[in-house]
Amino acid sequence: MKLKNWKEVTPGAVITEAGSSVKFKTGSWRSLKPVWIEENCIQCLFCWIYCPDMAVKVKDGKRTEFDYDYCKGCGICALECPGKKGNKAILMVEEEK
Amino acid sequence: MAKAVTLKELSKKELLFAPGHRLCAGCGAPIVVKMVLLASDYHLVAANATGCLEVSSCISDYTAWKIPWIHNAFENAAATLSGVETMYRSLKKQGKIDKEIKFIAFGGDGGTYDIGFQSLSGAMERGHDMLYICYDNGAYMNTGIQRSSATPFGADTTTRPAGSVVPGKTEQRKNLTKIMAAHNIPYVAQASPSHWADLVRKVRKALEITGPKFMNIVTPCNRGWRSRTDDAITLSRLAVDTCYWPLYEIENGVTKITFRPREKKPIADFLKTQGRFKHLFKPENEVLIGKIQESIDREWEKLQKEEACFAS
Amino acid sequence: MAKIVAVTGNEAVANALKQVNPDVCAAYPITPQTEMMQRFSSFVSDGKVKTEIILVESEHSSMSACVGACAAGGRVITATSSQGLALMYEILYIASGTRLPIVMPVVNRALSAPLNIHGDHSDSMGARDTGWIQLWSENAQEAYDNTIQAFRIAEHMDIRLPIMINMDGFIISHSIERMEYLDDDQVQNFVGEFKSLNPLLDLEHPVSYGPLILTDYYMEFRKAQDDVESKVPGVVLDVAKDFEKLSGRTYGLFETYRLDDAEIALIILNSAAGTSKDVVDEFRDKGIKAGLLKPRLYRPFPYKEIGEALKHLKAVCVLDRADAFGGSFGPVYMDIATSLYPYKERPVLINKIYGLGGRDYLPDHAKLVLNELVELVGNGTVKSYKEYIGVRE
Repeated sequence: MKLKNWKEVTPGAVITEAGSSVKFKTGSWRSLKPVWIEENCIQCLFCWIYCPDMAVKVKDGKRTEFDYDYCKGCGICALECPGKKGNKAILMVEEEK
Repeated sequence: MAKAVTLKELSKKELLFAPGHRLCAGCGAPIVVKMVLLASDYHLVAANATGCLEVSSCISDYTAWKIPWIHNAFENAAATLSGVETMYRSLKKQGKIDKEIKFIAFGGDGGTYDIGFQSLSGAMERGHDMLYICYDNGAYMNTGIQRSSATPFGADTTTRPAGSVVPGKTEQRKNLTKIMAAHNIPYVAQASPSHWADLVRKVRKALEITGPKFMNIVTPCNRGWRSRTDDAITLSRLAVDTCYWPLYEIENGVTKITFRPREKKPIADFLKTQGRFKHLFKPENEVLIGKIQESIDREWEKLQKEEACFAS
Repeated sequence: MAKIVAVTGNEAVANALKQVNPDVCAAYPITPQTEMMQRFSSFVSDGKVKTEIILVESEHSSMSACVGACAAGGRVITATSSQGLALMYEILYIASGTRLPIVMPVVNRALSAPLNIHGDHSDSMGARDTGWIQLWSENAQEAYDNTIQAFRIAEHMDIRLPIMINMDGFIISHSIERMEYLDDDQVQNFVGEFKSLNPLLDLEHPVSYGPLILTDYYMEFRKAQDDVESKVPGVVLDVAKDFEKLSGRTYGLFETYRLDDAEIALIILNSAAGTSKDVVDEFRDKGIKAGLLKPRLYRPFPYKEIGEALKHLKAVCVLDRADAFGGSFGPVYMDIATSLYPYKERPVLINKIYGLGGRDYLPDHAKLVLNELVELVGNGTVKSYKEYIGVRE
C-alpha cells in the first residue's frame, strides 16, 4: 500500500473508516489451526461467543466455517467446544505451509 | 428487569468490534469487548484508556471499532467520556441531536485502579450517564506485566518479581468494585467472560439505568498470567468457581450474588494453572497459598453477609 | 451599541464567554482564575447561557473532558492558571495534536516552588511549545476582545487548533478597569455557529479518535501540524480586520508603539507594556527615540514580521516575566533573538527578567532599562546580556 504524504493525512489523525481493521489480516500469526468437524457440532455457538478474533462465521444463527483470514489459532474454541457425546467439533492441528 | 438473550439471538446482531485487531492470540480483552457491545441494543459511543486494548484496536489507518470511539490518554478515559456525554446532553437539549446514545468507557486495571482512579472517581461522583468497564487482567500488561494495585497477592510481575527474598506481590489487591459501590452510584457489578449470559445481562441492565455505572470484568492475559493461549475462558471460570472473582451486583446499594458456585473450589486450583504463581508452590511459600485462601474465604463470607442483609 | 463598564479582567472575560454562549464548559478553581469560572457558573445557574458545565475534580480532568466534549462536536471552554495549566500539560499536546479548537483563558500566575499566587508568565511560557495558539492581553479590554476573536481563530476550518488567551493574574484579573462591551448579538454574529469536523457523535459516520501512530506516519502528522501553524498569523489578521469593523479597535500580530523611527526599544508582554508606554513617552519628550513592541500572537510566533519591525533599531531590551531555566535567557528574548538572526544589520539585544511572582514593575524599572539602552548605543558596550531587575542584591 502506498503511504500517504503529510498533505494527505486526516487532521488530528482521526480515522473515518469504521472497522477498517478488517484490511489487516491476522491469520498469518497462526501456528495451530482450528478445524471444524460439522458432524460433531451441536451449534451451541460457544466458539462464536468466545472467539477473541471474530473468526467464527455465523449465518442465520448457525456457525459455519472459520474465518482463517483473522483466526490467530489461540485454541479457545477447541478447548471450550463441548462437542457431541465427548467428540469435539473443533480440533487444533499444526498449521502447514 | 432486562430480558435474557440467547447466543442464537446475539449471533444475528452485527459485531461492532471488527477482526484484524492486534491483541495477542487468546487475549481475554476482545472477548469482553465483543460481549459488551453485543449486549447493547442502543447506539453506543466508547472511550478507551491507553492500554493493550487501545493500542491494538486502533493503529494508523486501522480501527477495529465500528462505533464512534475516542482514546485520549492513559489516566483519563472517564473524564474524556464525561466530556463527550456532556456535549451530548448539551446538543440534545438544543435539539441538535435526537438519537438516544449510551456511553461506555473501557480501561484496563492500570488505567482504572491506579492512574485513572481520580478521573474515574470524579466522573462517577458527578453522575454522568455512562458505563465504565474495567477489564482487569491484574497488571500493567501493555508495558510488560508490571505490578498494579489490581495484581493479586503473591503474583510474580516484572516489577515485583518472585525472588529469593521477595515472594512476588506482598500486598492484597485493592477492592475497586467495592470502592465504586461506595460512590453510591446506581449500579456496580463484577462479571466474567466465562459466564457470558451473566455478563450480557449485567451490561443490558446497566444500560437501562440512567447515571454512572461501573463493571469490573476479570480478563485473563495469557502472557502476564503465564498460561496457555486457549485458556482465557477456562481461567476466568476458575476465577469465579474459586470465589477469587465472585459474580455479583450492587444495585441501588443492594448486594446480590448472581452466581454461586455449586462447589467452591480451592484457590490452589486457580493458582496452579498460571506461571505467575508457580513460586508459591515451593515448600517455603506454601503458607502464602493458605493466606490467599483465608483472604478469599473472608471476602466471600463478607459478600454473602452483605447479600443476606438485604435478603429478608 | 457598545456599553461602557467598569469591571475586573476576570469579569470581562467571563462576560465574553457568556456572550459566546458555548455548548460545554469544564471548570475547576485556581487562584487567580477562580472568579472567572465562578461568574460563568452563575450564568449557568441563572439560565443566562445554554452551556452544560462539568465541575471536574482537577485541571487534568478539565482538559480531558474538554478534549472529549470538543471531539464530540461542539464549542468548548475552560480556564485556568499556573499549577492548573501545568497539571494539564500532557493533555494540552493531545488537544492540539487532535486539532480540537478548545478556547481557554489563562490568568497568568507564577509556578511553584516556592508557592506563589501572583502574576508572572511562567505558566503559559511553560506551555508555549504545546501546539496551542497563544494570544496575550495588556488589559481587560484586550482580554475581552482576544477572547471573542479566539473562537474565530481556533475554529477556522484551515486551523482547528486550541487557543489560550493570556492576561496577568491579579494586575488585570482582579483590577477594575473602564472598558467597552459589545452587544450579545454582535458577539453571536461575530463568532457564528460552531462547525464541527468529524464529530464523534455523528452516528452515521463512526470515527475513531486517538489512534496509535507509529514510525510510518508520526512525522507526517507533525509536519501537517507545523504547516497549520504557518497559516495562523493570516487568520489572526483576517479575524482582527473583521473585529475592527465591529468594535473600532485595531489588533495585529503585535502592537508597536512609537517604533517606526525609534533607535532603542523595549519588548514586553501583557500589563507591563502599559507602564512602559508611559515611560517611552517621557523619553520621547526628552528627544530620545524610544519605542516599544508588545507581542500579541505569541504562538505561533510571527518571527518574520517581528524581525522586520525590529531590524532598524540600534538596541533592544526584551523584558521577560519568566525565566527559561537552563536556557540562559528568558523565553521572549530567545524568540526575538531568533527573529533577528537572519539580518546582517541588527540591534544589540539584551534581556531583563522582571516581575516574577507578582513583584511590582514600576516606571523606574522601564527608565533604568531605557537609560541603559541609551548608554549602550552611546558607548557600544554591553554591561550584561541578561540581568534580573527589581531584585535585592
